[in-house]
Amino acid sequence: MERNPDKFWNPYLAGLALGAVLLATYLLMGKGLGASGASFRAGVWATNAVAPAHASSVPAMAGAMEDHHPMNDWLVFEVLGMLVGGALAAWTSGRLQREVLKGVTFSTAGRIALALAGGVLMGFAAKLSRGCTSGQALSGGAIQSVGSWAFMFSVFAGGYAAAWFLRRQWR
Amino acid sequence: MSFPLSYLADFDSLSGSPRLVGLAVAVVVGIAFGFVMERAGFGRAQKLVGQFYGTEFTVLKVMFTAIASAMVGAVVLSGAGLLDLEAVQFNYPTFLWPMIAGGLLLGVGFVVSGYCPGTSFVATASGKLDGLATVLGVVAGSVIYAEVEPALGAFPSSGKLGAFTLARWLHLPASLVAALVVALAIGAFFAAEAIERRGRSRSIPSSTASRSTTLGTEGVPT
Repeated sequence: MERNPDKFWNPYLAGLALGAVLLATYLLMGKGLGASGASFRAGVWATNAVAPAHASSVPAMAGAMEDHHPMNDWLVFEVLGMLVGGALAAWTSGRLQREVLKGVTFSTAGRIALALAGGVLMGFAAKLSRGCTSGQALSGGAIQSVGSWAFMFSVFAGGYAAAWFLRRQWR
Repeated sequence: MSFPLSYLADFDSLSGSPRLVGLAVAVVVGIAFGFVMERAGFGRAQKLVGQFYGTEFTVLKVMFTAIASAMVGAVVLSGAGLLDLEAVQFNYPTFLWPMIAGGLLLGVGFVVSGYCPGTSFVATASGKLDGLATVLGVVAGSVIYAEVEPALGAFPSSGKLGAFTLARWLHLPASLVAALVVALAIGAFFAAEAIERRGRSRSIPSSTASRSTTLGTEGVPT
């Protein structure tokens, strides 16, 4: 098999494949894909391991532990699959490599710090908007939810507004 | 046969073997989802943020194609009586204000980190340590949200419109909305291709040309 790390699928064909996966998920489960919900559950699990009394006193965390173990959840298993599928695709295309992606002149420590900080912002944001780019923009957008479309346009607006200030990390 | 499968719908209330089947479906769906995203280039931060610097529009092309094609599929299957589209839409209620605020904040976080929550998993799976840092950040951020949520009062539930769809908002049939979305997508694709072509004609290498190419050398205005 050809392994060219800089060769990607045609974006429109990749989009059709993604649309097919999404449609199949609607048919099987009655809802679409997601990601940030699994991250939250990992956080609930960790918080509950360190401070169980505190975790059950926080409404959103108590909700995630109500009926099952916090990791006994559809999105958690979907994300486990994503890790497998992502690793498989990266390996078979020669992209499975431990590295930090950044601009050549930007420091590694700075890049990791920004990645972490951006993650914190997105974790907070995705809880506020009841889903992220996968669970809200993509999955709600394709079944014509007005809130999902408002969310998606807001993501683009926020991204374009912030881009200029963050340009140095890609140089 | 009609979808969604009554056996698996309302997963959260399932227990016993239907729940196990649902979790197995989740793993299979996740593998396909992760594989497609990686092959689309969504494990590489530069390909994602290129969208916000006007250097490449892979995010727009993949996302919009996926949304438009899944929407057409859902509308066609619903018209054929195979899919209960309203049952799916019921799972995506609109809370307008927190969704706009969350979207703006997530967009900023996307540019700060270089990934969105889903793509950070794909990046992690392909060995990118900045992807892993984003994953850990998202976990922390969502826990912080849970901690402060009581202090946000009624805001997270504000702008509540229920399962409010574009079709209901525009007073158009869902099939016509899907056709409009397809038209909008095609228009956006032509614009994106034109902008990318203009960038390339300035003899700027695209991020696919070299592994170590940085966005800065691809024509981000200085």
